[in-house]
Amino acid sequence: MSVSETTSIGLTPESESVPMNHERIKTFGFWVYLMSDAILFSLLFATYSAMSRNYAGGPTGKDLFDLYRALAETLLLLFSSVAYGFAMVSLIRGKRGLILLWLSVTFMLGLGFVVMEVSEFLGMIAQGAGPDRSGFLSAFFTLVGTHGLHVSIGLIWIVVMAAQLVAKGLTSSVRSRLLRLGMFWHFLDIVWIGIFSVVYLLGVM
Amino acid sequence: MKQIPFSHLDDDKQILKSYLMGFVLALTLTLLPFGLVLSDTLGHTVIIAVIFLAALAQILVHLHFFLHLDLSSGERWNFLSLLFTGIIVVIMVGGTIWILYNLGNAMMPH
Repeated sequence: MSVSETTSIGLTPESESVPMNHERIKTFGFWVYLMSDAILFSLLFATYSAMSRNYAGGPTGKDLFDLYRALAETLLLLFSSVAYGFAMVSLIRGKRGLILLWLSVTFMLGLGFVVMEVSEFLGMIAQGAGPDRSGFLSAFFTLVGTHGLHVSIGLIWIVVMAAQLVAKGLTSSVRSRLLRLGMFWHFLDIVWIGIFSVVYLLGVM
Repeated sequence: MKQIPFSHLDDDKQILKSYLMGFVLALTLTLLPFGLVLSDTLGHTVIIAVIFLAALAQILVHLHFFLHLDLSSGERWNFLSLLFTGIIVVIMVGGTIWILYNLGNAMMPH
């Protein structure tokens, strides 16, 4: 197959009127991953919706959910998103120390979120409302747990990027990885909007 | 230069303003539904409508102010993949809920 045949299909990035550079292709690739993750989460939401009234005689959302805890978790994630935004601003200004500072703030807020969520899970399991209790609880732990797992992986990624910043400095590849970490972190906050609305707010009503 | 997330990275003041603006809007759209559910003063139908509208609005706020996506995008592929994801989500989530609720009703007559 000749080169002209490949490009004439119109699916390769080269056929774009604006030529894509390497950086933009990587961003786009990561964006496609985020979209596939969005489909995964949306199906967990659909499963939760279908299971949300299958209590099997066990506790309901009204019995289990503490809205003040959910609000605190929401605010921790929102503040951490904004803290990451400040890290981005420091990145543009090329201030490595400030990026590290804001990355640690983001990390601490994200860690606070994970700790609150794990303690909520442990409390529920201790009172006999674990994932094996009912269809509702299976779907709850799967949906919220998958999000919590993503946040935990994001925390590890933050530590890795902080280490790279210290070891390698603000090179172009470190910079480009920090941008994708930012996309990932903001994406997780968007998924959480769905969780606090559909699971917690609708669950206590 | 608003084609891809973080593409207008040369303008630090603009991006700072964007984050602060997004933060204020997101905080408002979080406190509004939480406040309504916690105070429980309005009718349930109204509160549920507010929860969904506030969630949708906050998702758009995050996409625009935090991820810096723009509808007037010169970068078609990001937007097209978002659109494609939206179609897949509507078909699969809508279909799942539709089928399983009907099944649930058919299996457990009240």
